[in-house]
Amino acid sequence: MQELHNKIKSILENGSASLFIAYQKSREGKITPTFITKPEQSQKAYFGDDCKQNLAVYIHKQEVKNFGKVGIFANIYTLKSLLQIYAENQIRDDYLKVVTINPNGAIVEFANFMEIENYVNENKPAPNPEDMERVEKLSNLSREERWDYWLNELSTCIKCYACRAACPMCYCTKCTVDCNQPQWISTPSHSLGNIEWHIMRAMHLAGRCVECNECARVCPMDIPLNLLTVKLNDTANIEFGQQAGLKGELDYALSTFKVDDKENFIR
Amino acid sequence: MSNFEPKIIAFVCNWCTYAGADLAGTSRIKYAPNVRIVRFPCTGRIDFMLLLKALQTGADGIIVSGCHPADCHYTAGNYHARRRWIIFKSLLDFVGFDTGRITFSWVSAAEGAKWAQIVNETVDKIRDLGPYTDYSNLNKLGVGTITEVLNARTA
Repeated sequence: MQELHNKIKSILENGSASLFIAYQKSREGKITPTFITKPEQSQKAYFGDDCKQNLAVYIHKQEVKNFGKVGIFANIYTLKSLLQIYAENQIRDDYLKVVTINPNGAIVEFANFMEIENYVNENKPAPNPEDMERVEKLSNLSREERWDYWLNELSTCIKCYACRAACPMCYCTKCTVDCNQPQWISTPSHSLGNIEWHIMRAMHLAGRCVECNECARVCPMDIPLNLLTVKLNDTANIEFGQQAGLKGELDYALSTFKVDDKENFIR
Repeated sequence: MSNFEPKIIAFVCNWCTYAGADLAGTSRIKYAPNVRIVRFPCTGRIDFMLLLKALQTGADGIIVSGCHPADCHYTAGNYHARRRWIIFKSLLDFVGFDTGRITFSWVSAAEGAKWAQIVNETVDKIRDLGPYTDYSNLNKLGVGTITEVLNARTA
């Protein structure tokens, strides 16, 4: 931990960042993000296996952008998110100082996104077997059973949009769901609008989701909504061989095409 | 059910399928009158939300049709659309929508007969499937209070 503190301290002191985003642990053991602006605060930073939150979501905030150069402590999913966000031209290489701890416990500081790309590809996290199993199980149900399952799950959605707020890939300044002319998705927490919202969310994240599962983690109603994007990532991978968060160049399934893409349902 | 007449919404591209449907008309080919055609500049313009809106507002079936691959007026719109439908269909299947109600096709400006055939086959199929009620049933579902929902969760 001391190494991490020293690293943050030196980054803030030598001016390579004026804000550092990291995790902190409260006395009750709760992990929250912390925004360090002074070198002497760097001992607030904490890292452990319990640091799950995807901190990449903060780099889109105007309050953070105002700091100019920003440092961020990233776990592997945050690195994938940052890489995907970089591929989508949402951040500049020279404005971000990324630090991580590799599996051997050593601090790694990245000079540029090229290094992040190499690191992520060397330390690629395996797909969550539990999620894959649940997707598999659902896919084997009958259509009616699947509809009932999702209706049951999604009808509990209270439309708090925590899933959207927590997701680093949901960075549009104006979301379709906020648009009321036309009103694409009805605003109350009602099965109809809920299903449409979750379908839309999944479609907009298809092939972009890095599977950090932050959306499901923050959902106050415990809806397993990450399964939707996991399923679509799987489809994008099987059909087009594209995976999110592994390349510094944009390789998004729905913005590219191949002339010989295969399907079996268009007449 | 015997006198159920399905409502079909067709999302078609201006350059191929719309012209194909026009050709069906000028060639005096008769086809089922259940279809309402919505004309788009390109299949690439057909947002998946429009399909959901069609189902929500009472469509029993949907046809999405555009230029054959390599024939797009804008060179690549239909290739992008094809990818979108591959992903979208996968999602709808996963969520449990009856994707049999959505017909995807390529109909060129010269294929008036194919258009008529696709409309007729879709109408027959939807007539067999009956009215689409998954969405209209949703409309009838009340909004549960938070306590009700939480109780249902923990039960």
